[in-house]
Amino acid sequence: MRNLWIFINKYNAFLFFIIFFTIGIALTLQNNAYQKSVSLNSTNEIVGGIYQRLNVFKRYLNLGQVNDSLALENAKLKTQLISLSNLDSSKTVVVRDTVNQQQFTLFSARVIKNSITLRNNVITINKGFKDGVERDMAVISPGKGVIGFVENVSANLATIRTLLHKNTLISINIKKNNAFGSLVWGDDNFDYQTAYVKEIPNHIKVNVGDTIITSGSGGFPKGIEIGKVIKTGITGDSFLSLKIKLFNNFSTLQYVYLIKDRLAKEQKTLETKRPDEQ
Amino acid sequence: MNSKTILITIFRWIALLFLQIFLLRNTSYYNLSTPFVYPLFLLVLPFGIPNILLFVFAFFTGLTVDAFYDTLGVHTSACVALALVRVIFISVSVNKDALDNPEPSLGNMGLKWFLLYALLCLFFHHLVVFFLEAFKFSEFGYTLTRALLSVILSLLAILLLEFTFHNKKSS
Repeated sequence: MRNLWIFINKYNAFLFFIIFFTIGIALTLQNNAYQKSVSLNSTNEIVGGIYQRLNVFKRYLNLGQVNDSLALENAKLKTQLISLSNLDSSKTVVVRDTVNQQQFTLFSARVIKNSITLRNNVITINKGFKDGVERDMAVISPGKGVIGFVENVSANLATIRTLLHKNTLISINIKKNNAFGSLVWGDDNFDYQTAYVKEIPNHIKVNVGDTIITSGSGGFPKGIEIGKVIKTGITGDSFLSLKIKLFNNFSTLQYVYLIKDRLAKEQKTLETKRPDEQ
Repeated sequence: MNSKTILITIFRWIALLFLQIFLLRNTSYYNLSTPFVYPLFLLVLPFGIPNILLFVFAFFTGLTVDAFYDTLGVHTSACVALALVRVIFISVSVNKDALDNPEPSLGNMGLKWFLLYALLCLFFHHLVVFFLEAFKFSEFGYTLTRALLSVILSLLAILLLEFTFHNKKSS
């Protein structure tokens, strides 16, 4: 017993190291798992609160750019509105109840913590479950481009796992021929303006400059423009990889749109249903 | 440890974490190299600190950074690893009985010693940070490059801070 005590006293640093390092690794593993229980991240009241306060000052720096993008979007919407109001209204119109039929509703949120420099980037927004934010909601940026998925939700805040994260995979189409693929970031590319499209079948012809759009699964409405192909012909084993330039700029992100999918729950239960339960 | 040391330590903790979280979190060189200066807090803790206290400080400093970085566990593990490297390096290179310096800072220990000390500690810290963050070996080369380039940037930033605030023998 005495010898043990002497041993522990002599090598106490190793002992402490093993104890604390094990806790640290356990936390990492737990954070990597899909189900998380510890909420020591930026949806935490204190952490989120500090970010929110600081963001009040930082917002002003990019105000001009945000205004420009909003004005651009307004102009686009106004054009659409004009073309809609000029329809010939003397014809009989079948009235459709769009309030109940509409599958996707958008609402905006402000980014209070942005991140682009890490391997796995998570941003924090100022809306939580009090405002109707739910886990796995799809998030897009104003103008063009996709952002990612909602990860953690607290009362007033939520974190979004952006495209710039190892666990994010977005299903996409090539606009001109509707070929399927998936959009990922990483694999020796850590520039926040480019990403890779993988799993395009080899026989599909893709040219530089082709547009990539969302495929309509995974919570995104179909047809949101994501980016342009800048490099083709990167062949994997039996699939084609494309390098694409993203339309949205993650570094100046100020506002995002969250997409509420009315049919999300229904689709999920349907798709995860096992054959023997049907 | 007198009350002055405790006050300075608390102030240093707040200042370094503030600098790290609100300024350097958004800093990177082509997404290849990101500086971490907050390990300086653990590097310059006094020589006389008990091991258990050092590890507790390391653990909670890492946990705080993780909360703000949304990377639970990564910096916590890295800081604990740094604490171990610190203990080993000091026990090997410094004769504790003949020591009259309160803390292992640049001004007290000289450039050569501090450079090696900081380099070793930061190297292991960054290695743990980047590999736990990537969490897979398929990006091994890239992750290693990121870690090594970040060590250089962090070391420069830490030396800069040390030269600014510690460049005289403290009484």
